[in-house]
Amino acid sequence: MKFVDEFRDPERARRLVAAIEGLVADIPTCRERPLSIMEVCGGHTHAIFKFGIEGMLPEEIELVHGPGCPVCVLPMGRVDDCVALAETPGVIFTTFGDAMRVPGSRKSLLQAKAEGADVRMVYSPLDALAIARRHPDREVVFFGLGFETTMPATALTILQAEREGIRNFSVFCNHITIIPTIKAILDSPDMQLDGFLGPGHVSAVIGTRPYRFIPEVYGRPVVIAGFEPLDILHALWRVLVQIREGRPRVENQYHRVVREEGNRAALAAIERVFELREFFEWRGLGSIDHSGVRIRDAYARFDAERRFSIPALKIADPRSCQCGEVLKGVLKPWQCKVFGTACTPETPLGALMVSSEGACAAWYQYGDLDRVMEARA
Amino acid sequence: MCLGIPGRVVAITDAERRLGLVEIAGTRREVSLACVVEPDRAPETCVGAWVLVHVGFALARIGEEEARATLAVLEELGEVQEELAAMRASGS
Repeated sequence: MKFVDEFRDPERARRLVAAIEGLVADIPTCRERPLSIMEVCGGHTHAIFKFGIEGMLPEEIELVHGPGCPVCVLPMGRVDDCVALAETPGVIFTTFGDAMRVPGSRKSLLQAKAEGADVRMVYSPLDALAIARRHPDREVVFFGLGFETTMPATALTILQAEREGIRNFSVFCNHITIIPTIKAILDSPDMQLDGFLGPGHVSAVIGTRPYRFIPEVYGRPVVIAGFEPLDILHALWRVLVQIREGRPRVENQYHRVVREEGNRAALAAIERVFELREFFEWRGLGSIDHSGVRIRDAYARFDAERRFSIPALKIADPRSCQCGEVLKGVLKPWQCKVFGTACTPETPLGALMVSSEGACAAWYQYGDLDRVMEARA
Repeated sequence: MCLGIPGRVVAITDAERRLGLVEIAGTRREVSLACVVEPDRAPETCVGAWVLVHVGFALARIGEEEARATLAVLEELGEVQEELAAMRASGS
């Protein structure tokens, strides 16, 4: 079939890999230190592991898996807040499935549900709004989570609730924003990155212009990439071309979805409903200025933080977990002390092992587990 | 959660709320088209378009051939199944 064969075409992949090898040979510095290229999107992390892309690449290229999984970067205290909300009498707590099994300091949302809290998995915030319509006598709280890909969905749902005059719907807003996050990564002293694969679907919303500071201020290439193996290889190849030429810039490999100006309607909805928080706390990365958004005063009645009392306690991660180092790419997932032993997808200690977009879960599912376990035994 | 899946708009269900039916791997689901309806155009102009769906919202239009290709690859790899399962189980 047209396009399918092309996307899968091993011959094309081989040719791309050969082209990448050729470029690497032309970049002498990478023999002293491998080129570190970070993907900041959890969808890319998942695809890279699933298709075994690291295994195809020459050893001079190291892929660093960034903090692109929104569930994985939730601090434990935030999960406790969700559990507290879910256990509030009269509340129906709605969440994307990914967040259900993330451990809090006492329990996960799944455990809270098992103990009787009314926690419901939803596919879309619109489904949470529909639950609010069906249960006017209950308070329906939606756990708003994710980067700019899911932010417009939450914003538009709040605007819909306002239009309909729905009074029993609110959002526990934990949306995060990509640009300050990338900036924090670039400013982090233990990071030595040579380039970025830009997130495909975040960019469908924000467009390509917000990334310009990366080449202009930090001198690093960015190529916005799609999610198929050939997309990723193609984007890597373009990053390497930029490195070889010494001419960093923003390029868009994912033309079929990403436009330079982004999605105007989505951006307008975000702007109308949300404003930047002064700072936001991340698991493993600490507090990052302006990296989260909250609901504007005009929509205060849809803000769960104002409608309910939320504990908002800071809880340190379990000491055995090294999620922070893995999130920053300082450690590979399998180098964490508890990877695959105390922490597995069935009994996760850290959030990176929960979501399929988390580097640890992806590595556990698709990596060479036997070899790691053998080496440790 | 952040995985976008391609689908085709097959009908408008609620023009005022800009909701439409999108067919994704044989499953139909109501999706908001608010982000892909062009300004000053009727939602009906989206019918037939391929869109990338994220958590119940079409976030971008995609070329038809590209969509078919992406969908076929994703479907084969079982990726879509996870999202479809979440869609079916939603709210239960």
